[in-house]
Amino acid sequence: MYAYDELDRTLLHERVEEFRDQVKRRLSGELTEDEFKILRLQNGVYLQLHAYMFRVAIPYGTLSSKQLRALAHVARRYDRGYGHFTTRQNIQFNWIKLAELPDALADLAEVGIHAMQTSGNNMRNVTSDQWAGVAPGEVEDPRIWSELLRQHTTLHPEFSFLPRKFKIAITASEHDRAAIRIHDIGLRLHKNADGETGFEVLVGGGLGRTPFIGKSIKPFVHGRDILSYVEAILRVYNQYGRRDNIYKARIKILVHELGIEKFGKEVEEEWQQLRDSALTLDDAAIEEVRSRFSYPAYEKLPHMPDELKQAAHDPLFERWRKNSVFPHKVQGYSIVTLSLKPVGGPPGDATAEQMDAIADLADRYSFGEIRVGHEQNLALPHVAKRDLPALWKALDKVGLATPNVNLVSDIIACPGLDYCSLANARSIPIAQELTRRFANHDTAGLIGRLHINISGCINACGHHHVGHIGILGVEKNGEEFYQITIGGRADESAALGTLIGPSVPYAEVADVVEDIVEAYLALRDSPDELFIDTVKRLGVEPFRERVYATR
Amino acid sequence: MTSPLEQKKIRITGPSVVTANRTHDGVVIYRTPQHDWSSRLADAAIVRTSDEARALLAEAAADDVGAIGAYIAPVEIKDNGEIAPGNLREHVRSEGLTIELPVPA
Repeated sequence: MYAYDELDRTLLHERVEEFRDQVKRRLSGELTEDEFKILRLQNGVYLQLHAYMFRVAIPYGTLSSKQLRALAHVARRYDRGYGHFTTRQNIQFNWIKLAELPDALADLAEVGIHAMQTSGNNMRNVTSDQWAGVAPGEVEDPRIWSELLRQHTTLHPEFSFLPRKFKIAITASEHDRAAIRIHDIGLRLHKNADGETGFEVLVGGGLGRTPFIGKSIKPFVHGRDILSYVEAILRVYNQYGRRDNIYKARIKILVHELGIEKFGKEVEEEWQQLRDSALTLDDAAIEEVRSRFSYPAYEKLPHMPDELKQAAHDPLFERWRKNSVFPHKVQGYSIVTLSLKPVGGPPGDATAEQMDAIADLADRYSFGEIRVGHEQNLALPHVAKRDLPALWKALDKVGLATPNVNLVSDIIACPGLDYCSLANARSIPIAQELTRRFANHDTAGLIGRLHINISGCINACGHHHVGHIGILGVEKNGEEFYQITIGGRADESAALGTLIGPSVPYAEVADVVEDIVEAYLALRDSPDELFIDTVKRLGVEPFRERVYATR
Repeated sequence: MTSPLEQKKIRITGPSVVTANRTHDGVVIYRTPQHDWSSRLADAAIVRTSDEARALLAEAAADDVGAIGAYIAPVEIKDNGEIAPGNLREHVRSEGLTIELPVPA
């Protein structure tokens, strides 16, 4: 966990009081909606179909049990008893009243949580690997760098009115769990030949209407130079980014139109002006942030405790363990993913009661720490293996032990037309139906790793472009239709999916997905060949034939 | 932001209402014949010509304190006179989620 200091606390409280005054002036009519809109957006407040939506940042996906209880409190007191975890390590509340928002923000500020820059054309929440600090083989904890960037870019006047929103993600592992290649800037922490820590910098990734995979702009930027290099990118973007056309305003369009070489040259020239300035991080500054991350006092524990050996006789436990429990850097401990994808449930939603229960379990079994992943699941990052059987039973009691992590029913979905004012079609009911179709966890296990991502419009909040199976809702003559892509992925081999054919109506989407999965089972080389690898080997044609032969 | 009246020429092809969200809590509201707002679609003023729509929208947009984002939405008038939403988006806004909440309402 990162320990905020008095400066952070003062900033949050001042921000809350500033927003309280702005809300008061809006409700009295002193501020028009035109004047107020940018202010509320800078505090994470959108207007959706039915109500205001309040988006709260969970920097680099790390939460304390105290913070999670505060989120549960907000859900219960100011909303309708639940929250929705997003694909960018945020949580959204869908029914909040404007008049009560300042109180909700004040309650969150008490535990060091805020909503600054969770919307608007500024630097959004800097995200990271949800296994940061505990993943085996990690170069170092990427959250140190996330925090340095968060501090530098929060309320930075030069970056508060960018041409468009701007998102950074950081990973320090070979396997990318932070989807860095679909971010405006992706940072991959690694060591150079001299053993120094730095970043490969990728730029211009993003989904939405015009999707691009990020391009490598510099293979190695020393850690001490990362603020100046990121600032150089932002300055070039700020200068040349299209402010005249919202659809061409993201940095990915600028990088695409200039070409990565020319864009890189512009950045390099800017960087030469900045690199040996106050933006250079000295060792003391890095150590200061590093020292404020605390790590658990791990015990020396056996690799295979008796409790785990005994529980292995229970096939239900074993199925959950194989699916949801992952190696930890410390012997005797595990990382446990908590599925927020129950059969028939909206992906990513958690009730206030579940949040409180998770907070209690985190205190008991995970040193009071919880993580949030972009796949819309949570994780307990420090669970002693001896405690796994007890944790499993406790999670099962509150509906959080669905053994479907990374399987076909572990679906990413945006709120879609049930909530969102931008959506053309519904996402959640499609996801719910698919989880029912694939409710048999044994069958899902045989299918193996398969990511389905669903977006209710071209803005792609559900990351459909990078789903192994991607589903995009569109509107045709007043009816909901869905385009299906296959072959996308968001990891270190990130790729955009390929459209398999004409869009299909709402009622046929689940049938089409079943057809695709059946085709895969028939086509795969062996049970070890993952869906994504079969698509890569064979292309989309055999899947297209299967889906459209009878349609 | 451009005023809704300036955004594009207003043209309706069937019965319509003016809808918005209530400022203090975001609730979906409809402009009524009594020059007020109601959270019930049944209370909405129905316009049938583009001129009527423009006038009702102008009146609604003038209430910047009470409502946000007023716009014209299509409706269907059933044989029994009941007003029904004219498309899926408006159906969701009027009737609520098409899914069950994760917790009892």
